[in-house]
Amino acid sequence: MATGDVKLIGSWASVFVMRARIALNLKSISYEFLQETYGTKSELLLKSNPVHKKMPVLIHADKPVCESNIIVQYIDEAWSSYGPSILPSQPYDRAIARFWAAYVDDKWFIALRSILTARGEEEKKAAIAEVEERTDHLEKAFIDCSNGKPFFNGDHIGYLDIALGSFLGWWKVVELDASHILLDETKTPSLFKWAERFCNDPAVKPLMPETAKLAEFARKLFPKPEA
Amino acid sequence: MAKEVILLDFWPSMFGMRTRIALREKGVDFEYRDEDLRDKSPLLLQMNPVHKKIPVLIHNGKPVCESAIQVQYIDEVWSHKNPILPSDPYQKAQARFWVDYIDKKMYEAQRKVYASKGEEQETGKKEFIEILKTLESELGDKPYFGGDDFGYVDIGLIGFYTWFPGYEKFGNISIEAECPKLIAWAKRCMQRESVAKSLPDSEKVTEFMAMLRKKFGVE
Repeated sequence: MATGDVKLIGSWASVFVMRARIALNLKSISYEFLQETYGTKSELLLKSNPVHKKMPVLIHADKPVCESNIIVQYIDEAWSSYGPSILPSQPYDRAIARFWAAYVDDKWFIALRSILTARGEEEKKAAIAEVEERTDHLEKAFIDCSNGKPFFNGDHIGYLDIALGSFLGWWKVVELDASHILLDETKTPSLFKWAERFCNDPAVKPLMPETAKLAEFARKLFPKPEA
Repeated sequence: MAKEVILLDFWPSMFGMRTRIALREKGVDFEYRDEDLRDKSPLLLQMNPVHKKIPVLIHNGKPVCESAIQVQYIDEVWSHKNPILPSDPYQKAQARFWVDYIDKKMYEAQRKVYASKGEEQETGKKEFIEILKTLESELGDKPYFGGDDFGYVDIGLIGFYTWFPGYEKFGNISIEAECPKLIAWAKRCMQRESVAKSLPDSEKVTEFMAMLRKKFGVE
């Protein structure tokens, strides 16, 4: 596959961009990574995603694909004969994986982000409680989906692992910001162990940002109000 | 004998309509159960404990939740006729993108059109028309969103059509004047048996919206 054929518009710090990069790594696809500058949006980004004007955008043979979970499914389908399957093979298992990936984006991530944007201790406490409750749901989902195997997808990482696992860098950053453990070894032991396995996967390891670097970036993105 | 497929639904739900249409497109025999959302059935709460929402598709006792996910599931299980998603990966990605767009944008905007007032309603109306215009532009001159064949995006959007007269009445807008091609598309979809059988009478939906307005205190 010629490198020029595949481009990805994104940023090193974005969870959603990471999803696309993990999927490309799993399929061993070489691509040109077009790093966006923080605070601006490139012409190419605006042209390729005029509806949402957001990253990631995958450009394959000059045709753009937008929305991280849609990009991951596209990568799985366009390069179906390369590497492992990203989506489960059975329709029911696919429906479950899609359900939980939607939950991660619509419910869990929203709660996680609200810790960073919380004003005052009361709001922060409420946000933390919400994240803990939703993480608990994901622990149960892991036990159901993995069926005793190391990942949500079974023996290798897949769609749901990627959807949730891409958050692990930010998960740590939010923990530090909140001074509160959000991935607890005793409360959610399966997820805790899964997280380490996910981060060590060869498709993921080179992409996971350093916590310190990400924390510094977070301070820019979510400035604290003056004391 | 219990049917293999049960759909827990609520008759005016534009999301439930998606699943009804998909099942009928595939000729799947199913049991339709209308839920009272103020008094949700034990089965609903058991089958969708996370969101406690309709629609819930129950296939051989196993639940599938979220309408867009249900439609994809139906397409994959009953793959023998009337394909809903395109087979080409790029076309598939485009179809998924537009249903995702509808899910992200339509619900909040349409709610403001009929169930709010004053400035919130005015902002809602502008947003709503803009969303419809974006969709109309994506449709272009094609008979359906996917081209010649009725498919995923059509199914994703058509349920909202039964709510249009209500938006027009309570929002004081004319959707036909703003988006004539979209109205033509909707009427084309209504010719399809699976759609005609799955959508309720618009008048009943408008009455339902009037009741909701009272409940939200805008009437």
